[in-house]
Amino acid sequence: MNTVRKIFGVIWMLFAIACAYFLITFGVPKLVSGTQEGVVFGIIILFILMPLTVAGLAVFGYYSVTGEYDENKMADK
Amino acid sequence: MDMPEKKSSMWRVVAASASGTLIEWYDFFIFGSMASILSAKFFPHTNPSAAFLSILATFGAGFVVRPFGGIIFGRLGDMIGRKYTFMVTLLLMGISTCLIGFVPEYETIGYLAPLLVLLLRLLQGLALGGEYGGAATYVAEHSKKGTRGFWTSWIQTSASIGMLISLVVIFITRNSMSPESFDSWGWRIPFLASVFMIYISYVIRRRMSESPAFAKAKSEGATSKNPLKESFGNRYNLKFVLLALFGPVIAQGVVWYTGHFYAMNFMENTMVVDSGQVITIMVVALLLGSPFYTLFGWLSDKIGRKLVLMAGMLLAIICFRPIYRSMYETVDLAKKTELTSKAISTSELYETASARDSIYTTEKFYDDGTVLKEVRTVHLGQAGTPTVGDDTKNVSITKAINVSSSAKWKLIFLVFIQIVFGTLTYSPLAAFLVELFPVRIRYTSFSVPYNVGIGIMGGLLPAVSVFLVTNAKRMGDPAFYLQGLWYPIVLAGISLLITMVYITKKMTALHTD
Repeated sequence: MNTVRKIFGVIWMLFAIACAYFLITFGVPKLVSGTQEGVVFGIIILFILMPLTVAGLAVFGYYSVTGEYDENKMADK
Repeated sequence: MDMPEKKSSMWRVVAASASGTLIEWYDFFIFGSMASILSAKFFPHTNPSAAFLSILATFGAGFVVRPFGGIIFGRLGDMIGRKYTFMVTLLLMGISTCLIGFVPEYETIGYLAPLLVLLLRLLQGLALGGEYGGAATYVAEHSKKGTRGFWTSWIQTSASIGMLISLVVIFITRNSMSPESFDSWGWRIPFLASVFMIYISYVIRRRMSESPAFAKAKSEGATSKNPLKESFGNRYNLKFVLLALFGPVIAQGVVWYTGHFYAMNFMENTMVVDSGQVITIMVVALLLGSPFYTLFGWLSDKIGRKLVLMAGMLLAIICFRPIYRSMYETVDLAKKTELTSKAISTSELYETASARDSIYTTEKFYDDGTVLKEVRTVHLGQAGTPTVGDDTKNVSITKAINVSSSAKWKLIFLVFIQIVFGTLTYSPLAAFLVELFPVRIRYTSFSVPYNVGIGIMGGLLPAVSVFLVTNAKRMGDPAFYLQGLWYPIVLAGISLLITMVYITKKMTALHTD
């Protein structure tokens, strides 16, 4: 299972990149749309959702790859 | 450490924590439940869709700031104690909710109105961000190992019951006055009512003692001087924060909000069911579904948190689309036979000091008991005569469908099922999060991922899903009404995978004090 977690770690990091791409292509047109709802949506997507999702997933993936979630690391502090 | 647990004292602890959390959820949900009315009152009328989306965004703003509330109050709670911190959150929530009831409408004070509402909504979000982490931590630190899931599940119950009470209060207020009075000033009453509930909860909480685990840590000098740094600047703790967030917390956020708020919005706006019927459906479904929190909390103590959490995620992923397809079919008029001979059409002239409206009402009856009511309002100037079939520019059309009794019970059942999914993902969550983090940083480490996952991911669900549905409808997708579900399904799917692969039994017993 430790190996599976490491493999998934790579997937999460790639997913973080995919999320960044998707959220930027989705959010930027909203931001420049000039409509009230578009600007609000764009701000939330680009400046709140994207940093949290992308950074969080990337770090989570990195921790997975480097074995932080291995069974023998659970009790380390 | 296992604290001695007397049942009578545990009930007092649960009552004090859950009552305050319930009232805070009531305060928060009042805003969401009245989104349509608030949209008309505080945002420009010219574009109803923009106004509605703006309110959803404001609703979202209340959720987006919740993590900051988690940071502020989590830090306070880990440094000075749980009890005093969630007294502050309680009072902050109550005062800001009450003040919303006093804000003049857009027509009176212009753009200051939505700005004030937005500011108060942000304060609500801050308060709620600090409330749940404190309440759940407080109850968990009083309960002994092996019962934590059961006792903390009462806190989760408070969310559904808070929503239920908000709907009941709105329903009673609406039905105790004329529609004109409710539209004019009656809508403020549910906001103003919160001040009494907050006072009661304040009196209850004031008598509580500090959490024994925290009191012990404090007496030993083992509390944290910088819980934020320890939680998020320490690799060991941060990895659990991320695991909690991308695992059970995001899933709970999207599954729970789908079954509660999305279901309600879907019935009101996509299915166009009469709002009174929607409230009835939600109230009955919530009453039937809420007891499952304690059942699944108890079950998680017996079979483990992970299995219960995963069951909720999996069932939601598989069942959401068939459920919503079935819900939509109850109002799909293309599949019903109209009883044309029973149709009723009326017209009347409605005059006030400032407006003259010509109102045409048509009621169509269908073979299964469904009734479609369409109200066409032609806004006239001071001069002019109403004419049947007059296609003037100032026309507004509202539709409402009254479903038959059997269809209503079908909808109740389908919403109830979704609420049960929510209870599966929510009831073990507090115990799971508490057991993941040590006492010294528990409030902080618990609150931030909880409010990010549920506050942001869950809170944005109505806006994102409504957008997906609107987009699909514009593109002519015949199943447009199902497209909003991709957001919760995809996120729950990722969370299920992470929960399955990463969360172990050892992890759920890391910190039992």
